[in-house]
Amino acid sequence: METIQRPHHGNLIRWAKDRPEVLVISADLTSSCEADGFRDAYPERFFSMGMAEQNMMGFAAGLAREGFTPFVHTFAVFICRRPFDQVAMSIAYPNLPVRLIGFLPGITTAGGVTHQAIDDIALMRLLPNLTVLECGDATDVESVLDVAQSVAGPVYVRMLRGEVPRLFDPAEPIALGRARVLSEGSDLAVLSSGICTEEAMRATQVLRERGFSIAHLHVSTLKPFADPRVIEAIDGARLGVVTMENHGIVGGLGSAVAELMAEQGFGKRLIRIGLRDTYAHGASRQYLMREYDLDAMALVRAVETLSGERLGLSEAALAEVRLETMRPLEKTEDL
Amino acid sequence: MPQASLQFNEATARDPVRQVADAIRRRVLEHTLTNNGGYLSQACSSAEILATLYLRVMRLGPSTAPRVPRPFAGVPSATNPRAFTGADYNGPRAPELDRFIFSPVHYALVLYSLLIELGRLGPDALDEFNQDGSTVELIGAEHSPGHEVTAGSLAQAISQAGGIALARRLRGETGRVWVFMSDGEFQEGQTWEAFAALAHHRIGNLGVYVDANAQQCDGPMASVMTVEPLAERLRAFGAEVHEVEGHDPDALAAPAESTAPRNRPLVVIARTDPCRGIERLRERAPKLHYVRFKDGQEVETYQALLADLREGAK
Repeated sequence: METIQRPHHGNLIRWAKDRPEVLVISADLTSSCEADGFRDAYPERFFSMGMAEQNMMGFAAGLAREGFTPFVHTFAVFICRRPFDQVAMSIAYPNLPVRLIGFLPGITTAGGVTHQAIDDIALMRLLPNLTVLECGDATDVESVLDVAQSVAGPVYVRMLRGEVPRLFDPAEPIALGRARVLSEGSDLAVLSSGICTEEAMRATQVLRERGFSIAHLHVSTLKPFADPRVIEAIDGARLGVVTMENHGIVGGLGSAVAELMAEQGFGKRLIRIGLRDTYAHGASRQYLMREYDLDAMALVRAVETLSGERLGLSEAALAEVRLETMRPLEKTEDL
Repeated sequence: MPQASLQFNEATARDPVRQVADAIRRRVLEHTLTNNGGYLSQACSSAEILATLYLRVMRLGPSTAPRVPRPFAGVPSATNPRAFTGADYNGPRAPELDRFIFSPVHYALVLYSLLIELGRLGPDALDEFNQDGSTVELIGAEHSPGHEVTAGSLAQAISQAGGIALARRLRGETGRVWVFMSDGEFQEGQTWEAFAALAHHRIGNLGVYVDANAQQCDGPMASVMTVEPLAERLRAFGAEVHEVEGHDPDALAAPAESTAPRNRPLVVIARTDPCRGIERLRERAPKLHYVRFKDGQEVETYQALLADLREGAK
C-alpha cells in the first residue's frame, strides 16, 4: 500500500491558496501540525498565539464572528482538554465557523499520556453545535478541509500527520455524514474509525477467508451520527456489531453506535474495541495497539466472542496480510 | 438644604454623564428592591464608566434594535436562523464605527439601565428583567440588549474582542473595539494570555475600561487573590495604561480622546467605590457582590433611600 508523507502539509497550502478568508492560528506547534508551509506561503494569514490555548480559542471566535474562518492547529489534547470552556462558550455556543484541527489522536504518539488524545471525540461530541470528523488515511486528510469548510458551524477534525497510508482512492473524497462502505456482509458489522480502519482491514481479510460475511464501514463523521449506511449494516448483522476506535470506549464511536442501536431497538450484541477506561503511556504505536487491544488481533478475538468459534489465528497469520510496515522513525517524532 | 449639597446637584445637572450615572443607580436600586436582590454595588462602582463610554468615548450609531426587548429566540444553531445578538442596541456595524464588548455580564442590569437612560431601550424594558423567556437576563448573554458575545465565563470576552479587533485591522477598518471588564477578571490566566497576544500582535485598535472596585464574590479582592499592582503588571505586558478616578467623567474620557493610531492596547483602570452614591451599602461590607436585603426593615430603609434619591434628582 502506498503511504504519503505529510499529506496535510502540502494540501493545506494548495487548498488555502484562493481562499483569503482562511486563516491559520497556532499555539507553538506549527510545524508539528504541518502548518509551517501555510505560514511560509501566506504569512499575512498566519497568527502565532503562543502556548496559550484559552486565548487562542477566543481570538479564533472573534475572527470567525467577523467572517474569517480560522483553522486552529494544535495537538488534539490542547484543543479539547485545557481550553474546553473556551471551546464550549466562545466557539460552540455561538455556532461560529472555527475549524479545530487536532493532531496526535489516541496512541499515535509516543509522547505519552499528556499528548495522547483518548477523550477528544467524546469531549467534542458532547458539545452542541459541534461537527466531529476523523481522518483515517491520506485521502481523508486531503479532502477533509472541503467538508469542514462546508459546515456553517464549528468543526473538530481529528487529523493525522507524518506518514499516512493511502487506504482509499483519492477520487473518493471524505463525505459529511457518510461512512465508507468497505465491504458488505450479513454475519457481522464492523464499524471502524481513524487508524483502526487499517487494522480492521487486515483482520477482515483473514476473517472473510474463514467464511465470515462482514459489513465493514469506515466512519469519519462522528457527529452528527445518523448515517443510514451504518444503520443498515447493523440491522443486517446476524452475529453482532464490533466498533473499533483509537479512543476510549466511553463517548466515542463505540458509544455513538451503542446509542444508535438502543434508539433503533436493535437487540443484538455490541463489542467496543478501544481503550477500556484507561490512560496509555509513551511507546510506539504498534506496541500500544497490541498492549491495549486496538489491533487486528483484537478484532479477531471480538469475532470469536460473537461467533462462539475458536479461529486459531496467530499474530503471524495477521502479520502476513499487514498492509503497512511500522518503521522505527515513528518513535523519534518531533513534539 | 445645605449649601454643599446644592452645589453638588448643580454640578450633576450640568454633566450628562453624572446625570445618567445617578439615574442608573436609582434604577438598579429600584430593581434590587423589586427582586429582593441584585448586583447593586456594581452599579455604584461602574455607572460613570459605562456612561462615559457611551456618551463620550465610543463612536456608535443609533440603536437599530426594538425599544421593547425581543423575547429569547432560542440558542444559536444550524437549525435556528432566528437567533440574534443584542449588539444592535449599540448601533449598526460600520467600518468607521466602534464596537462594544461587555465582559462582566453580571453587570447586565447596569447596562440595561444605561441603555434605557440613553433611549436605546424603552422605559419599561426592565419589566422583562429576569423573567422566563426574556432576553433581559439576570446574567447577560449574547442575546441580551447591548451584549455581543457570551461572556459569563469570565475573561473570555477580552480574547474574543482581540479576535474582532484583529479582523477589523485585517480589513482596514478605522473603528475601535472597546471592552468593559471587571478587575476580578485579572485573576484568570486567560486575561494575561490575551494581553500577551494583544501586545505581541500590536493590536492598537482595542481599548479596555476596567471597573477596579476591588470587590469580588468572596469579598475584598485583597483577601481573595490580589491582582495589584495592576497598572504595573499591565504595563509590563505591553499595554498603555492609565489609572483614573473612576467616578470622574473627564478623567475617564481623557485617555481615549486621542484617535491617533496606537500599536498597543489601551487600558483605563478606573479606581471605583462599590458604595458610591449609596452610602448605606458600606454597612454591608465586605460582602457587596450580590445584595439581598435581610428583612422588611432593611427593605424599608432602602425604599426611603430610593425616594430621597428620586427627590434629589428632581
